[in-house]
Amino acid sequence: MSTVAQTRRAVPRRRGPKSLNAGQGRRGLLLVLPTIALLGVVIIYPVIKAIVMSFQKDAGLDKATGMFVQGGYAGLANYKHWVLQQCNTPTGAVTCGPGTLGGQTYDALWVTLFFTVVAVAIEMVLGLWFATIMNRTFRGRGIVRAAILVPWAIPTAVTAKLWFFIFAYDGIANHLLGLVGVQPLLWTGDAWPSRFAVIIADVWKTTPFMALLILAGLQVISSDVYEAAQIDGATKWQTFTRITLPLVKVPLMVAVLFRTLDTLRIFDLPYILTGGGGGSGHATTTLSILVIRQIRAGFNSASALSTLVFILIAVVAFLFIKFGGADVIRRPPGTAPKRRFWRRATPAQATEGN
Amino acid sequence: MTTQALPAAATAAEEQVRHYTFKKRRGPVIRGYIGLAIIVIWGLAPFYWMVVTAFRDVGFTFDTTPWPTHVTLDNFRTAFSTARGNHFGHALVNSVIIGVVTTAVAMLVGVFAAYALSRLNFPGKYFVLGIVLGASMFPGVALVSPLFQLFSSWGWLNGYNYQALIIPNISFALPLTVYTLTAFFGEMPWELEESARMDGCTPGQAFRKIMLPLAAPGLFTTAILAFISSWNEFLLSSQFSTSKTQPVTVAIAFFTGAQPHQEPYTTVMAAATIVTVPLIIMVLVFQRAIVSGLTAGGVKG
Repeated sequence: MSTVAQTRRAVPRRRGPKSLNAGQGRRGLLLVLPTIALLGVVIIYPVIKAIVMSFQKDAGLDKATGMFVQGGYAGLANYKHWVLQQCNTPTGAVTCGPGTLGGQTYDALWVTLFFTVVAVAIEMVLGLWFATIMNRTFRGRGIVRAAILVPWAIPTAVTAKLWFFIFAYDGIANHLLGLVGVQPLLWTGDAWPSRFAVIIADVWKTTPFMALLILAGLQVISSDVYEAAQIDGATKWQTFTRITLPLVKVPLMVAVLFRTLDTLRIFDLPYILTGGGGGSGHATTTLSILVIRQIRAGFNSASALSTLVFILIAVVAFLFIKFGGADVIRRPPGTAPKRRFWRRATPAQATEGN
Repeated sequence: MTTQALPAAATAAEEQVRHYTFKKRRGPVIRGYIGLAIIVIWGLAPFYWMVVTAFRDVGFTFDTTPWPTHVTLDNFRTAFSTARGNHFGHALVNSVIIGVVTTAVAMLVGVFAAYALSRLNFPGKYFVLGIVLGASMFPGVALVSPLFQLFSSWGWLNGYNYQALIIPNISFALPLTVYTLTAFFGEMPWELEESARMDGCTPGQAFRKIMLPLAAPGLFTTAILAFISSWNEFLLSSQFSTSKTQPVTVAIAFFTGAQPHQEPYTTVMAAATIVTVPLIIMVLVFQRAIVSGLTAGGVKG
C-alpha cells in the first residue's frame, strides 16, 4: 500500500496500478442511475400509484343517491370486491352475481392457474425432448435452429390470429381431426376446446424458447460423463434421470420460472384467439383479461385487481427462487461462484464442456 | 476421428468406448433425423399454412390442399387497402417508429448500467440487479390502470402521441437490454481494458476505443431482441394506442372484414405474413447471435 501511495506522490496525476479500481463505487452508481431513474418512472411510480388508486372509490354514479361522485377513500372495498366478491348496491354490499366481473375472480384465477400448470408442464417435457434431439451433433442443425426460432419470433398477436384460422370450424385442425374420425370441434366457442386451443397455441409458440434454454444447459455437460455411464452399463433411462436431469436442473428451473411467470400474466393469446370467451362466455378469461375488462368500468377497482396479480406473480417468483432452485441472480466475474447459472454443473464438467 | 488418436495398445476400457461410440452411430442416427424432422415440422408447418393461405384466393379460404392453390396477390392488396377502415400500412410505420425509439432509448441507458453491473463493484449492486430482474418479470397489466389514468389526464390517448406507447414499452425493453448486455459483457476479455488503461487511457477512452468495438456483436444482438420484443408487444399497445399510433399487432388483432362479424381470414394471413417475414429473415440471418443472446440473458420469449 505504501509503495502505491509513494508512486502516486512521485508521479502526480498519473495513476498507479492499484488505483485502477479507485472510484468504482461512485462510477458504478453513476452509471446505473439513469436505468434506475427510468425504471422508477415507468414501473415503480405506476405500481405505487396503482396501490394508492386501489384504495380509492371509482368515480361514477353513486348507486344510492344517483349522483355523480368523484371517488374518495374506499378502504378495502375494492379488495373485498375481488377477494370476497362483494358488490356495492343501494342496499349495501351483497355477493356479486355470476354475470358481473367481480363474480369472476376465482374463475379467472382458476383458468390462469390451469393454463400455467398445463402449458408449462407440456412445454417442459417437449422442451427437454427437443433439446435432447438438438444436442446430438447432426448435420442440418442450422436449419433446425432456424425452424425452432420461427414460432418464437412470430408476434403473439399474429400467433393468435394464425391459430384462430387453424382452429376455425372449417379450418385445417378440424379437417385433420376428421381424417382420423373425430367430429369437428368448436375450438373457439366451447369451454374446454377453447381452453385447449389457447394451450396448444401457447405450447407451439414457447416450447422453442424452453428448448433453447435447456439446450444451452445440455451443451456444457461433458460427453465423458455419458461415456462413463455407458461403460458402467447404465440404461438410457438411468442416464437421463441420473445424469442429464440433475446436471440440467438449474437452467431447466430458470426456464420453467420464466415461462410460469409469463403464463401467469397471459393476455394476448386468450384475448385474441377466443376473446376471453368460450362456453359460458368467460371460459378463457385470465386474470389479465379481467383487469383490462374492468378498466372500462373503473380504474381504481382495476388497480386493486392488478395489484393482486402483481402480488401473486411476486410470490410465485419468490417461491421458485427460494425453493425451486431457479438461481437467477448471477454473480459477475471475480466473485464466487464463477459459473453463470445455466452452466453451473460441477466446475470440472463446466470447464471441459467449453 | 477419435479412434485414430488412440494409442495402438488400447486398453479394454477404451475398446469398450470405441465399441459404444460405434454402436451409437447406427439406429439412433435415423431416429435422430426423425426427431429433427419433427422439430422442423413443428416450427414451420403453422407458419407455412399462414403463407399458403395468404396467397390463396378468398373464395378458397378453407381449401385444405397442402400446397399452394388458387394463388393470388389480392389478399396483400386488401391488407393495405384503407377502404374498410384498416390502416395496416400506417400501422407498419408506427411499429417501426415505436420499435426503433424504444430500442434506442433502452440501449443508450442500458449499456451503462450493464457495464457497471458486469464490471464494477459498488454498493447496492445486487439490489440493482434484483430490481432489473424483478422488472423483467413484471406483469405489464399492472401498469395499465395507473398509466391509463395519467395518460388520459395528459391528453395522450388521442392523436399522434407515440410517447404513450414508447414509455410503457421501456418497462420491459430496458430490463431485457440490461439483463442481456450484462451477460454479454461478463464474457468479454476485459484484460484488454486493463491494458488499455495501463497504457494511459481514461476509463471512458478504454471503454469507447477498446471495449465498444469488441462488444458490437453483443450490442447488436441485444438491440435485435429489444426491437423484436417491442414489435411483438400487444397488451400495452392495445390500451394506449390511438387510430393514429396503432402498431401492427393491434391492427392485425382488430382487422375488419367486408361484413361485421365476418373474419377476413386470408387478408389477415397476408398481413400476418408481412409482419412476420422481416422477423423470420432477421432470425435466419442472425440465428446464432439470437440464440446466444436468448440463452445468455435467459430473457423471456
